[in-house]
Amino acid sequence: MTRFTLAYIEKILPLLWDGMQVTLLLTALSLVGGGTLGTVLAVLRLSRSKPVALFAAAYVNLFRSLPLILLIFWFYFLVPLIVGHPVGGFYSALTGFILFEAAYFCEIIRSGIQSVRRGQILAGLATGLTYRQTMRAIVLPQALRNMLPVLLTESINLFKSTALVYVVGVRDFLTTAGMVGTRDNTFVGMYVLVALVYFVLCLGASLSVGRLQRRYAL
Amino acid sequence: MHYNWHWAVIVTEPYLGWILAGLEWTVLVAAAAWVIAFSLGSVIGIARTVKSRGMRIVAGSFVELFRNVPLIVQMFLWYFVLPEVVPRTMGIWLKRDLPHAEFWTAVVCLGIYTACRVAEQVRSGIGAIGRGQSYAGLATGLTPVQVYRHVLLPVAYRIIVPALTTEFLSIFKNSSLALTIGVLELTGTTRKISELSAQPMEMFLTATALYGAVTLGVTALMRVVEARGRVPGLIVAETQ
Repeated sequence: MTRFTLAYIEKILPLLWDGMQVTLLLTALSLVGGGTLGTVLAVLRLSRSKPVALFAAAYVNLFRSLPLILLIFWFYFLVPLIVGHPVGGFYSALTGFILFEAAYFCEIIRSGIQSVRRGQILAGLATGLTYRQTMRAIVLPQALRNMLPVLLTESINLFKSTALVYVVGVRDFLTTAGMVGTRDNTFVGMYVLVALVYFVLCLGASLSVGRLQRRYAL
Repeated sequence: MHYNWHWAVIVTEPYLGWILAGLEWTVLVAAAAWVIAFSLGSVIGIARTVKSRGMRIVAGSFVELFRNVPLIVQMFLWYFVLPEVVPRTMGIWLKRDLPHAEFWTAVVCLGIYTACRVAEQVRSGIGAIGRGQSYAGLATGLTPVQVYRHVLLPVAYRIIVPALTTEFLSIFKNSSLALTIGVLELTGTTRKISELSAQPMEMFLTATALYGAVTLGVTALMRVVEARGRVPGLIVAETQ
């Protein structure tokens, strides 16, 4: 059995870094995709047209009632059926993350916009600004400041959730560590190390979000 | 896209029995874990609001520890690592003699993880009550324990009913992670049948419908509970 020493960690570090890059890439792509789709959904949910708003609400409620793992498996089977050839775990998991996170981002953005008091919009319109100008110059800057901490916290959650790609064998940080741990019979140390790395990164990030929130709160 | 629909597959044995067993495990894991999450979460949440600085720090560290590690990693720590680091005889018992070891591991892991989230809700519920209430309680001669028991907690729990509903639904959804350590709950069963029957669409749609139905049912039920338990004049945010 290989000893779990500093020298050993140093030896496997490049492998772990490869895994971490996959984790970070998956997080970044899901953030961009989920954020974009979530913004569109939020606009639809606030639309004056009832069917449009209902559609967006149904989307959000459906995706929020499903376990993320189920969605990852869904697309693991579904995406190859649609495109006609296997696409691998990464792209199917990415699809699942984007669609799933969009539902959560939609709700955050919507409540951010709704957190701006109605009087602000009315005042904007009364000063002669158009609806579009009011949104851009008055509502959105305030909404963004209100929702930024929640958006960042959700991003940290997403970062943690990407570890779930383990179930479809994508070689992210956790999967890589698990594979190395099984190969060298060092899985006890490996899993503790993985937990430690996630803990330090997420705690650091959430402490920074807290500091940011105190500084920029309206 | 070409796909041969064959809906009869989900009512054929043994698949039907498997689906029902999977649903049963999902409900069992979620319910058992909720017992831990609610009781432990209440204790930690209350500990975060008491006067003793030491207790607040211990409770706060506990929450940060479990909140900042991905749930799937925690699952592996409980299942693979714990039996190796405890005394030998206990490790052997955990690995070999404990009946339904995967089930209990999943329950403990999910329970403690969710307890930390419940604790935050309990804390914010207590925090939402004006300080005057607890001063008034103390002034009338109640002990601090009595203030919590008769003044703060009855109101706090009623305020956080919607938040607790969300936490319960998240424990229900997160119970799917039990599949990573070998519990054949609903999602795990769905994957297994998809592979065996070559009819993945029907299986995934069924699982989606089952998860959706339970979520809708719980939400509707809790809306009634929430309306009944509403504290007059105290509800801040109306949920959509």
